[in-house]
Amino acid sequence: METTDRNGDVGPPPGAALRAALPATFPVFLGYTTIGAAFGLLLASSGLPLWAAPAMSLFVYAGAAQFMGVGLIASGAGLAEIAAATFLLNLRHMVYGLSFLETYSRAGARKPYLVFTLTDETYALLSTVSAPPGVDPDRFRFWVSALNQSYWVLGTLAGTLAGGLAAFDTRGLEFSLTALFTVLLIEQTRKVRSPLPYLASGACAAAAYLALGPSRMLLPAIGASGILLFALRKRLETRG
Amino acid sequence: MDNLRVLASIAAMVAATAATRALPFLVFRNRKVPGFVPFLASYGPPAVLTILTLYCFKDVDWLAAPHGAPEAAAAALTAALHLWRRNTLLSIAGGTALYMLLIRIL
Repeated sequence: METTDRNGDVGPPPGAALRAALPATFPVFLGYTTIGAAFGLLLASSGLPLWAAPAMSLFVYAGAAQFMGVGLIASGAGLAEIAAATFLLNLRHMVYGLSFLETYSRAGARKPYLVFTLTDETYALLSTVSAPPGVDPDRFRFWVSALNQSYWVLGTLAGTLAGGLAAFDTRGLEFSLTALFTVLLIEQTRKVRSPLPYLASGACAAAAYLALGPSRMLLPAIGASGILLFALRKRLETRG
Repeated sequence: MDNLRVLASIAAMVAATAATRALPFLVFRNRKVPGFVPFLASYGPPAVLTILTLYCFKDVDWLAAPHGAPEAAAAALTAALHLWRRNTLLSIAGGTALYMLLIRIL
């Protein structure tokens, strides 16, 4: 990356951070445009108004939660249930925030946007790639975050337009949510290796399904497994 | 569909998502992080994701034909692809494509 300056001023030239962020975010570009397009297509076929797709990608900006949200809103779920399910699904983002407390402490005016856009992929990228020499790390992180969101919004718009214009036979596309959760679950097993949380919460889900039926199982299952997790806390923390 | 209800639902999602992202920065700006927070943040996600994954299968009728075969096969393919290549896009596309195919031919 060329960082020589013409005026003898210290500091990187304008645009250096953006130029460094572009190649760094290329893998996310591939992933976000494709999954964003699938999201747009799914929303367009769900009966929700089309404006909801870009609105979600701009202001919610959480892939799995957006897929889940389409299903919940289309099935007529209540606001409290939608909020609780979204909060719990995105609980993993708290880990990202906790590990970036220090990193983002000096980001100034960019901080709110950096915090708001800390998705799975952005966190993964920012915790592995750092700004090249001569590039302001805060600017670099800002551009990585902003480019990633622009890819997501771009994909969403493309999918929504395609779904709104042409009549695709999208039956079965909703399985992408199941597939996404399966992938996220496998990724979790690489971070949390103890089988206990999976078994405990699986048992809670099965019990809630049998006792309350498919439509009312979600929150009781999550509540029960939360209680069970805290009951198992000593065991989990000593064994890791 | 009622625009106002969709708008309110999205607003609820915005608030819930922003809360998970902003809370650590707002609450622990100058304070030590209490032990239960990292515990919940690291053991909550595997529990919630287990439940949400199972929840996706809640409407499958295992007793009537085709006995959940498309769901089971597509989930197995998704998992196998992901364990093999660890490429999120490939895993999701492969599993979803198989599911879309199976529900049309079975």
